[in-house]
Amino acid sequence: MNFETTIGLEVHIELKTNSKIFSPSPVAYGADPNANTNVIDWGYPGVLPTTNKGVVADGIIAALALHATVEQHTHFDRKNYFYPDNPKAYQITQSDKPIGHDGWVEVDVDGVKKKIGIAEMHIEEDAGKNTHERDYSYVDLNRQGTPLIEIVSKPDIASPAEAYAYLEALRQRIQFTGISDVKMEEGSMRVDVNISVRPVGQKKFGTKTELKNLNSFNYVQRGLEYEEKRQQQVLMSGGSVQQETRRFDEKTGETILMRVKAGSDDYRYFPEPDLPALNISDDWIKELGDAMPEMPGKRRERYVNDLGLTDYDAMVITQTKEMSDFFDATVALKADPKMAANYLQGDVNAYLNEKQVDLQATKLTPANLAGMINLISDGTISSKMAKKVFKAITNGEEPKAYVEAHGLVQLSDPAKLQPIIDDVLSANPQSIEDFNNGKKRAVGFLVGQIMKQTHGQANPQVVNQLLMKALQK
Amino acid sequence: MANRINREQVQHVAGLAKLEFTDAELDAFTPQLDDIIGMFESLSEVDTDGVDVTSNVSDQLNVMREDVADNWGQSSALLHNAPDAARGFIKVPAIIDESEDND
Repeated sequence: MNFETTIGLEVHIELKTNSKIFSPSPVAYGADPNANTNVIDWGYPGVLPTTNKGVVADGIIAALALHATVEQHTHFDRKNYFYPDNPKAYQITQSDKPIGHDGWVEVDVDGVKKKIGIAEMHIEEDAGKNTHERDYSYVDLNRQGTPLIEIVSKPDIASPAEAYAYLEALRQRIQFTGISDVKMEEGSMRVDVNISVRPVGQKKFGTKTELKNLNSFNYVQRGLEYEEKRQQQVLMSGGSVQQETRRFDEKTGETILMRVKAGSDDYRYFPEPDLPALNISDDWIKELGDAMPEMPGKRRERYVNDLGLTDYDAMVITQTKEMSDFFDATVALKADPKMAANYLQGDVNAYLNEKQVDLQATKLTPANLAGMINLISDGTISSKMAKKVFKAITNGEEPKAYVEAHGLVQLSDPAKLQPIIDDVLSANPQSIEDFNNGKKRAVGFLVGQIMKQTHGQANPQVVNQLLMKALQK
Repeated sequence: MANRINREQVQHVAGLAKLEFTDAELDAFTPQLDDIIGMFESLSEVDTDGVDVTSNVSDQLNVMREDVADNWGQSSALLHNAPDAARGFIKVPAIIDESEDND
């Protein structure tokens, strides 16, 4: 039996605003528990929430970045449920008129391009955080009221690999807008997935299961792969999939039953009476759209078509807006694009991984990287010497000044190199004889001796030319 | 009785509100809620032809504040008012945690 798979993703993205969505409490990390809370966050009787304009703006920006239609007559709704991290016993969210609908992102899986639809996206408040210790639980409401945007995909995703590609496309586009850090490891991006399979040709979707505890894009893909196979096996053995929530076990790569879903949830949504409706003007949408940075897809096209980078290079450079901006600024300073791309993917990424920091938190600047690359391009330093210079520019040093201060200038002048070569040759007659007897390896030895004499500063290309000329006399 | 709501529905809604009613209470509340719904039904007698659907009875629109943080410094007073607190947290009986749902 052949099956087709349908995957749905709900992605929560934490917005990087100064204040909460309905109260002016600060949105900040690492604060003492409950330090960033007030009577509104605690849901005290008689308090009145007020909508944060910045959150609405971010919602519009997200909608535009994901090719969605902005809902210009929008409002909030109340979703009722009891949980101790939610003191009001309801969440203010959007149900009826979400801020954006009918968007899409393009993904590329193994060279095949596909548009994945986005059903809707809405802005809402996050809940607090619970920690559990023996007989008690401890509630911290700092996160209560932190603004979120939830993005719900259409049932267009047909494989776990597409799900991964969709998440990556979503992450990049949102990251480029600057409205969120979109980091799964820090909880600013959270993913809920559901998956169903059905025999090819069957009209009705199969019964879907939900997966929890997916803490990285990789786990999303692996969890879905496991679940896809499991459901197929259940159907092939004549069984039926039951509607349930399963947990992904990172160690075994398997999914484990958490609970069976009994009936649908009963949240009793109704329009939020404490918050007036919103009418979003064409002017506001245009203003936000005009201020949007160039999106990663457009940048990749430019890098490949105009700057001659490979698709792979372009993909790595556009992982974050900071990296892409850094690259653009480096190239604007006349650095060779291919070399700039190589340094960003190689030495720079290695440095960021080693230090566990983001590019913008380092002392690296486009001016200094471009300066170093230009010193390599014009032959002043070798790429080997550049290793030292790179270290210096990570400390914020100016490459040209560093090179001069440390005498790191490549020796390229034939008039200076010739006497050294002559000395080395007269000291190694055996090597000349070896060379004349066809032993090519002798050249390598002689070059090594010359490099040693010049403390590694000789330009290898010039040395090679001069040496071959001398040997072939 | 008009049967706008039945006993099971009242029990269901009570469950959602984490309320437990005795049989006698259910017997008493069911007709009362039925009457209340009946009262609201009188709204349908109003002629609403040509009136737009609305989600909000307020005539205000676009009430928003700028995204400026302001810590009102109420945390210790709020914790003081909580039934129990420890190390800055609100202390509550152990939550049997099935999922950290944030939908």
